[in-house]
Amino acid sequence: MVLVAGLAVFLIIRAVIVPKDFGEYGHYRAGALDMISARPVAYAGHEQCLQCHDSEAEAHGGGKHANVACETCHGPLAKHADDPTANVPKLPDVANLCRRCHEKDAAKPKGFPQVDTVAHSQGMLCNSCHQPHNPQL
Amino acid sequence: MDLSRRDIFKIGGKLLLLASAGATLDEILGAAPPSEAYRMADHWWGMIIDIDKCIGCGSCVRACAQENQVPAGYFRTWVERYQVEEGKQPLVDSPNGAMDGFPPSKRTDLKSFFVPKLCNQCASSPCVQVCPVGATFVSPDGVVLVDEAYCVGCRYCVQACPYGCRYLHPQKRTVDKCTLCYHRITKGLTTACCENCPTGARQLVDFKNPKDPVHEFLRNNKVEVLKPYMATGAKVYYKDLDGAVR
Amino acid sequence: MLPGVNGYIYPNEVELQWGLLIVLYPYITGLVAGAFILASLERVFKVEAVRPTYRLALLTALSFLLVAPLPLQLHLGHPERSIEMYLTPHRSSAMAMFGFVYLWYLMVVLLLEIWLEYRADIVRLAQTTSGWQRLVYKLLTLGSENMSPEARRLDDKVSYIVTVIGIPSAFLLHGYVGFIFGSIKANPWWSTPLMPIVFLFSAMVSGIAAVLALYMAFMKVKNMPIDMSCLDTIAKYLFYTFVIDFSLEMLDLLHRTYEADESFRTLDFMVHTRLWGSQVILQICVGTLLPLALLAANQLWRFSESRRKAMYLAASLLTMMGIFAMRWNVVIGGQLFSKSFLGYTTYKVGFAAREGLLSALGLMALPFLIVVVLVKLLPPWEEGKASENVVG
Repeated sequence: MVLVAGLAVFLIIRAVIVPKDFGEYGHYRAGALDMISARPVAYAGHEQCLQCHDSEAEAHGGGKHANVACETCHGPLAKHADDPTANVPKLPDVANLCRRCHEKDAAKPKGFPQVDTVAHSQGMLCNSCHQPHNPQL
Repeated sequence: MDLSRRDIFKIGGKLLLLASAGATLDEILGAAPPSEAYRMADHWWGMIIDIDKCIGCGSCVRACAQENQVPAGYFRTWVERYQVEEGKQPLVDSPNGAMDGFPPSKRTDLKSFFVPKLCNQCASSPCVQVCPVGATFVSPDGVVLVDEAYCVGCRYCVQACPYGCRYLHPQKRTVDKCTLCYHRITKGLTTACCENCPTGARQLVDFKNPKDPVHEFLRNNKVEVLKPYMATGAKVYYKDLDGAVR
Repeated sequence: MLPGVNGYIYPNEVELQWGLLIVLYPYITGLVAGAFILASLERVFKVEAVRPTYRLALLTALSFLLVAPLPLQLHLGHPERSIEMYLTPHRSSAMAMFGFVYLWYLMVVLLLEIWLEYRADIVRLAQTTSGWQRLVYKLLTLGSENMSPEARRLDDKVSYIVTVIGIPSAFLLHGYVGFIFGSIKANPWWSTPLMPIVFLFSAMVSGIAAVLALYMAFMKVKNMPIDMSCLDTIAKYLFYTFVIDFSLEMLDLLHRTYEADESFRTLDFMVHTRLWGSQVILQICVGTLLPLALLAANQLWRFSESRRKAMYLAASLLTMMGIFAMRWNVVIGGQLFSKSFLGYTTYKVGFAAREGLLSALGLMALPFLIVVVLVKLLPPWEEGKASENVVG
């Protein structure tokens, strides 16, 4: 009797507490999919940037950095895309930025453009000579 | 019971009010699909990684951390550098997960390369298998996700993952991991790491899309998944993965 | 370089996920299973000699079983959600299924068995005490005050059946914990089919040792004579079980060393460095070989009563420490090496933290406090008649 009563109580609790959408797609809460999909986006994606920034896009599209997304250097800009004047992006830190990809290293693939930046630039910033959107000289 | 016309209108009106209230409530509380145009059944997500293109810049690690508010010291993705000397164990490092790239390689005479790592979105996931409550799961479109509202924080899944891609979120006290930027891919964007990879070493792929480049990639290249003997059904394929990679 | 890290480990592996409290948990459930098996020796296998410890073994098992979920609750990131394991258990998860094994064991095996065993005494005590004590005993009778010979025979019969079911249930209880570790293919230190069996036998060893030590302690405190034939028999069973347990662990070690697969080099190095103290010194030498020697000596030669008592006590305390070390080596050891097989991390036990030393000590002390209360409430022995059958 005690066991049956216990079982009944358990089943009632279960019916009340377990989320209604549990088990819809599998052994989990279907609502989790929506919860996760609803998270805010931080990177707008380069296609968004192209919608406004035509001249940069043109220079960029024809050069060696054509396949480098805008936000790779400019950081996450979804906020800026949503409200351009309210969220003005800061210019990238050239001194450290270019070096991260282009500093010569034995582990980097041989065909990739890399230099000993100290010797190469002799203290000057990279964008003194290279136009970042279309860097080839 | 004798119902007058007035009574019928009263009752009917109340019922109508209740029904419309219920319908509105249902719309507010009911589970809406992730996006109107997105259908889970049309997709089966994975990733392809070309080792020979990775330059170890760490842009992917930074992008992921920013996109997903990854807590400092924990990693949803990271890059490893391998320096392989003949007849010896490989020298591997991943300074802060390669968040700031890598310091210069000390040895220039060894075979060295970079290997980006992330959750392999396993189809036969051992981490999903061990979750006691159903907080982690494989979505119908092939992404392994964690329900942070349901996770009890037992960390069994962290133990079960052969690749080390899970961690306990220090503030939320639930398990966290790469979601393949589910919130982005269901909106037609690519993942944060793939978006920001300057060399195209990482690419999001959809196996169910007949036009996706993954099919040719798999057909034309020598590919491998990590730890294939674990039979996890990993969906991240590496091109030119060296045998030294762990 | 990260503090405590040697070589290369995956970035998320720096912190250990399962710490001291998760070491405590299999230790405690092990004691439960072991104590129960000892009790069943008398009931099912008719080993009359251990009768004096029958009730004590049951109460010991209950005390530890009640405390067992506590380290888990302290460990969980969201203990308030732990009910989910019962509401939506994931059938493929050993951890989820274990929740039900635990519940089954607690309700159907242990509580029922204890109630049946003590029913006559509970009824008698309900009639002879007064005040709040009378209320407690009245509640414990659960309304069943029938003391006729048929009722008593029914008690015995059901109790026998419950014990018979209880033995495989006890095996399942701790075998499952072993399976929780043994089924993780990602971790070569844990992944072996021997794991549930090793866990079970080491559980039996620790449980028998615990009851032996507790029996000696209670007799001392109550100033009652120890039944030496009982003690000798318990020590004998402890010896045999320990031999099996040790053989199984050595088999695992031998197998690993012989096959020397991919993981061997990193595990071997770990045992020789980070686990040297806890595994080789504490677990194997002091915690296994020494007690085995003490127990073996008693099988080969006859010592005086006081000598035997001292040897048995020493052996059981060392054993309990040794089995704890074994749990430590399995749980912590399994997380000290990287799954890349290229590096190691370190485990630092906090002191006052939620999963720290203080909590662990408190949790270990708690079952002993509970058993003292239970012994007071449901006396295993009639004062002054320790070695006689207690069922009145």
